[in-house]
Amino acid sequence: MQANVRFMQGNEAIVEGALYAGLHFYAGYPITPSTEITEILSEILPRNGGTFIQMEDEIASMCAIIGASLTGFKVMTATSGPGFSLMQEAIGYAVMTEVPSVVVNVQRGGPGTGLPTSVAQGDVMQARWGTHGDHSIIALTASNVQDAFLMTVEAFNLAETFRTLVILLFDELVAHMREKVVIPQPGEIEVVERLRTSVPQGTNYHPYLVREDGRLPMSDFGGVHRYNVTGLVHDMWGFPSTDGKVAYDLIHHLVDKLEHRADAIAHYKEYFTEDAEVLLISYGSSARSALDMVEDRRKRGVKVGLLELQSLWPFPGETVRKKCEGRSHVLVVEMNMGQICQEVKKVVSKPENVFLANRFDGVFISPADILRLLNMIQGKGV
Amino acid sequence: MAAKDYLRQRFFPQIWCPGCGHGIVMANMIRAIERLRLKKDEIVVVSGIGCSSRMPGYLDFHTLHTLHGRALAFATGVKMARPELTVIAPMGDGDALAIGGNHLIHASRRNIDLTAIIMNNSIYGMTGGQYSPMTPFGKRTTTAPSGTIEHSFDLVELARGAGASFVARTTTYHAKEMIKIIAKAIKHKGFAVVEVMSQCPTYYGRKNKLGSAVDMMKRYKEGTAPIGSKKKAEHPDLIERGVFVEQRRPEYSKSYLELIDRYVTS
Repeated sequence: MQANVRFMQGNEAIVEGALYAGLHFYAGYPITPSTEITEILSEILPRNGGTFIQMEDEIASMCAIIGASLTGFKVMTATSGPGFSLMQEAIGYAVMTEVPSVVVNVQRGGPGTGLPTSVAQGDVMQARWGTHGDHSIIALTASNVQDAFLMTVEAFNLAETFRTLVILLFDELVAHMREKVVIPQPGEIEVVERLRTSVPQGTNYHPYLVREDGRLPMSDFGGVHRYNVTGLVHDMWGFPSTDGKVAYDLIHHLVDKLEHRADAIAHYKEYFTEDAEVLLISYGSSARSALDMVEDRRKRGVKVGLLELQSLWPFPGETVRKKCEGRSHVLVVEMNMGQICQEVKKVVSKPENVFLANRFDGVFISPADILRLLNMIQGKGV
Repeated sequence: MAAKDYLRQRFFPQIWCPGCGHGIVMANMIRAIERLRLKKDEIVVVSGIGCSSRMPGYLDFHTLHTLHGRALAFATGVKMARPELTVIAPMGDGDALAIGGNHLIHASRRNIDLTAIIMNNSIYGMTGGQYSPMTPFGKRTTTAPSGTIEHSFDLVELARGAGASFVARTTTYHAKEMIKIIAKAIKHKGFAVVEVMSQCPTYYGRKNKLGSAVDMMKRYKEGTAPIGSKKKAEHPDLIERGVFVEQRRPEYSKSYLELIDRYVTS
C-alpha cells in the first residue's frame, strides 16, 4: 500500500494523531500558538460525524470534554500557557474522577501573557503540579512533527489504559514547524479502546472499584449503569466520603497507578549514548539543537551523547539515573530556568556533575549556546 | 413509580439543614420527571458545588457532581456528545450566577437543550452565609454584616436577555406550580432556566430575622403573584411567578446535527 506521506505543521500532526487514535469530541478556545488545532478540527470533526464546539473559555472547554468522555467518547482540548492555567482546576477534577482525556498545551513564553508567539518550555512544572493536591500525571512531548503525531496517539492510549488525563506538552516551535510526516495505515500502530465493564444490567456496578490489575472498567453515561461521579473524595460507588481510610486509599491509588509504572510509561530516544562521557538530556524542540551539537562534536571525536525524553511525567527517574551512570558530566538542555534539570539532579548519584544549558528569553536555544556551556564544563573556556 | 424509586436511599440521610427548601425542589423535580414518563437511563443530572449541587448524588440517574460554577460547561459536553439524553442541571444562585455566570449566558445564547434549575436562596449556604449575586440590596450576610451595598441580578431578565428560550420563576411554597413548570422546562427543546426561590432559614433567614422555614415560605406566598395577575396589578412590588419566556428557536445540538448532515450530503 502507498505510504501516506505528507508535509505538515506540528499542530496538524497533533490533529492527525488524535484522529488516528479515535478522537470524537473536541472543545477548544482560540489561543496562540495552538489555535490551528481548533481551526482544523472545526472543519474535520463535523465531516466525520464527530463533535466540535468552541466554548466560551478554556475552563469550559476542559469541563466539556470531561462530560463528553463520560458518555464513552475519546476527547481532547488544546491550549497554551494562560489557557492551561485556567484549566488547572478541571484537570485535577479529571485526575480525581479518573476520566480519560487529553489536553494539548503548546507552550509559549510566560508567565502572564508572556511571549505569545515565542518558543518556551516553562510549563513543565505546571503540568506536574499545576492543579492542587497530591496526584500524579502523565505528560508527553516531542521534538519533531512525526513524533508529535506518534506521541498524540500514545497520549490517547495511556489515557484509556490508566483511566486518566494525559497532557501533551509541546512547544511553539514543534507546533508551528513544517516537516515530512508518514501517517501510518489504520492498525499499524496500536490504538487502545476504552475498557468497559462486563457487569450485566441489574447487577451493581462500582465505577471506582479497582480491579486486581489496577484498572477500572467504565460504563458510559446513558448506558444501563447509573452511577455518581464527584470531584470529592469518593468511595467505590462514586459517592462522597470523608472517611480517612477511603481518602488514604484513593489518593494512594491515584498516585501509585502512574508512579509505580513510571519507567514502563517512559518514552525516550538515545543518540550516541553508549560510550558518551558527557550526556546531554533534552526534550521537545530544544532536543533538536542538542542533537545537532552532539553530531557536530562526534565528527571531531568528542564523546558526547543525547538522551531525548519524550515522557516528562511521571519522571522516568530510574531510566535517567541508569543512563547518567559513569558519565563525567550531564548537561540538561531546556528552555526554562531548569525545571527538568532539578529532577535529574534528584535522581543521579552525583548531582554536582549536572549542568544546565538553557534560554528563557523567547529565542530558540542554538547548538552554539549549548556548546559554550560544554566547553566551559570541560575547562576549554568560553 | 413512587418518588422513592428515583432516589438512591443508600446515601440518605441527605446533608441539607432542617427547613431547607432544596428537598422540596428535588421532590418536585422527580415528580416532573415521572409526569413526563422519562426513563432513568435517559437522564443525566449535572451539578456544580454548593448545597443545592449535592442533589444529584441522591438521585438514581446518571449523575455528575462537578466544579463550582461549571455544571453547564460539563452538561454542554454531555449533551453535545449524546444529544438524545435529557440533561438537567440543578444549581445554586452563587454557583449559577457568580462563578458560573459566564457559562449561564453562553448556554442561553447557544440555546442548547439543557434545563437549568436554579435554586435561589439569596446566599452561599455551604460556606456559611456570604452574600451572593441574588442577595437583595441591604440584606445582611456574614460578608455584609451591615447589609450588602451590591445590587442583585434579576435572573429572569438576565436569562431572557442572554437568549434563553424558556424562562420561568416559581417558589418552594408553590409546589404544584413548580412541578408543572419544571416538567415544561424539561420538555422544552432549548435552553430552559427555572428560578426556584428556595428558603435558607439557617443563614439567610437567621441573619435577616425572617423567622422559621414556614415563615419564609409564607413570605413566598405573600410576596409573589402570577404573571399578569390582578394581585400583581394591585401590588406592583410583588415578584412575578410563572413562565416568562417560551419560544421556539433553533436548538444548538440539533443545529449541529444538521451541520453534520449538510457535510454528509454535500
